[in-house]
Amino acid sequence: MHIDSVEQARNAGEQLHHFHGGLHLRHNKKISCETPLAQVPLPPLLFVPLLQQYGGEAEATVETGQKVLKGNEIGCFTHLGGGCVHAPTSGTVTAVIHRAISHPSGADGCCIVIEPDGLDRWEELEPIPNWPDADPALLREKIRNSGIVGLGGAVFPTAFKTDDAARQGIHTLILNGAECEPYISCDEMLMREQADSIVLGARVLLRATGATRTIIAIEDQMGAVNQALKQAVKSAGDDRIEIIKVTTIYPEGGEKQLIQVLTGLEVPSGGWPVDLGLLCQNVATATAVARAVVEGKPLLERIVTVTGNGIRKPRNLVARIGTPISDLVEQCGGYANDVARLVLGGPMMGYALNSDANPVIKATNGILALTARDIRPLQAEMPCIRCGECARVCPAVLLPQQLNWLIRNEQWDDAAEHGLADCIECGCCDFVCPSHIPLVSWFRFGKSELHALAIERKQAETAKRRYEAREARLLRIQHERRQQLEEKKQALRGASGKRKKLAEAISRARQDRKQ
Amino acid sequence: MGGLSGLGLGWAACRFHIESDPVLERIEALLPQTQCGQCNYPGCRPYAEALANGDAAVNQCPPGGEAGIRALADLLGIEPMPFDPGNGEEKPKTVARIDELACIGCTLCIQACPVDAILGATKQMHTVIESECTGCDLCLPPCPVDCIEKVIRYPDVDDWRWSIPRPTASGATMAANEILPAGQH
Repeated sequence: MHIDSVEQARNAGEQLHHFHGGLHLRHNKKISCETPLAQVPLPPLLFVPLLQQYGGEAEATVETGQKVLKGNEIGCFTHLGGGCVHAPTSGTVTAVIHRAISHPSGADGCCIVIEPDGLDRWEELEPIPNWPDADPALLREKIRNSGIVGLGGAVFPTAFKTDDAARQGIHTLILNGAECEPYISCDEMLMREQADSIVLGARVLLRATGATRTIIAIEDQMGAVNQALKQAVKSAGDDRIEIIKVTTIYPEGGEKQLIQVLTGLEVPSGGWPVDLGLLCQNVATATAVARAVVEGKPLLERIVTVTGNGIRKPRNLVARIGTPISDLVEQCGGYANDVARLVLGGPMMGYALNSDANPVIKATNGILALTARDIRPLQAEMPCIRCGECARVCPAVLLPQQLNWLIRNEQWDDAAEHGLADCIECGCCDFVCPSHIPLVSWFRFGKSELHALAIERKQAETAKRRYEAREARLLRIQHERRQQLEEKKQALRGASGKRKKLAEAISRARQDRKQ
Repeated sequence: MGGLSGLGLGWAACRFHIESDPVLERIEALLPQTQCGQCNYPGCRPYAEALANGDAAVNQCPPGGEAGIRALADLLGIEPMPFDPGNGEEKPKTVARIDELACIGCTLCIQACPVDAILGATKQMHTVIESECTGCDLCLPPCPVDCIEKVIRYPDVDDWRWSIPRPTASGATMAANEILPAGQH
């Protein structure tokens, strides 16, 4: 990255900038922010999926019948800096099964079923009480072992980001509290009620990564949040932490968009914020880090917004990972009579859920129950008229209409060249399209085809390598056999030579005798 | 002067010589590397060679499917042609699976596998390394006890794909009246 850019990033927050496009959306957050946070009681069975992080499923480390304590590791994940899955309560593992998990494919995933013993007994906790003076590597290891992933919804392993930040060196930590998705208010409630924990998490992350300052970015309309955070920073007495209000415009909570707002710089395509000397984490991730390091507790629960006109009493709940979604809905008074659709996540980026028996996972930031009047009526798709509205609102500065065209014609290489991988699936283009083209659905399809194509190419390469290795081996064996045969023949010929000499000697001797 | 620039040009031709991408390599890169021999050539490389020499048609590779025909035709600058049914048909991806109770350990399948994806030894049970199996089916005929079967490879949560959007599907579920003019929240 260019030195000037890093220098410019160092001044992050001094002046606010804009990102391209975006939409002003009605927030609809108030309805779920009127009741304080509450804990969801222990369900009779917890279903803890092993697919809880970006990069694939963890591997089960427990067996059926095994007793576990709260916080015990039950799944191990080794890719991308690592991470693991922990038992959300004490009890017995009653099964390790394949079952519906909250995944857009609707596909089954491996789940560890735990029957709680009701005691909620912790394993022996190992906090790092002297964290302000502890070795940063020790703190990062604690983060890795505590199963912490990005709680904004992308569930990217936090250890990967912190390790990378420490290795490459960063100057600014950005805590993302700009929760732009309509209806979802879990971060807002967290910042209101647990502001101290966020500030503590920020300080731990500063120590762990070597950054020198923190920006907590919040939306300009979060009044109560600003108060609470200011109070928390004041009582912590840490002048490295700054609170910055950004303009509420969807999707400013996207990592790249927020960085652009704060620094005026774009994270390069295929690059990372660390290239600019920045590390971006969700505020909830920061509290998870604080809990892991200061209290020694791994990530076992998260705040989930249960909201929408299809819910009787919308609110935010603290739910253990593995709690069935139906339990959360029940605690919010159940469904309204005219509920029509259940969405996991928000209305812009979420996806429809086929069952409320699915468990809460680390990525579950919200459960949205919509009534028929909240849902955009299905309208027949019309041909693209090339109006360019989609390109005007695209926060990633892509050309959605062109991408749509390329994907439909299976021109994968061209689509990749047009930056399909940079699409953040925010849904802005979908929203404004006058022809009702489901653009994001096409982009998701295109991305997964590109991904599958890459896997296929890799498999073909491996097969080719193995085929060539085998051919070479067969040839070598054939060659060796021929050589052995040749040597044997040589040896035989050599032997016959000896016999000849012997015969000659005998005949000479006979002749001698005759003479 | 003329001689000098001639020398200069000669030197430049050697210095900046670019190895042109041989068409053979590019053809081979488009083939699925299943090594199944359904194209009537003993492997993907020989088929690629035949294609490069103009001896084979682009429609002889069943695992490559329609997409493969299109890509090959595109590369060779010819019109795509329909699939040649004489070479088999495009089927879903499979892997071989050995019934380990029935396997007698004869090693015939190991010898038939073009990518060394079967593990075993004489009179020991054999097994298929699923991640390396290309689904070429070449291990099926030699098995004297018919203990190998083809299993369709279903995608799991790691390699599933989004389906083609239905004409009426909509990504965003938010009602259209929720959008506000700029400046209002």
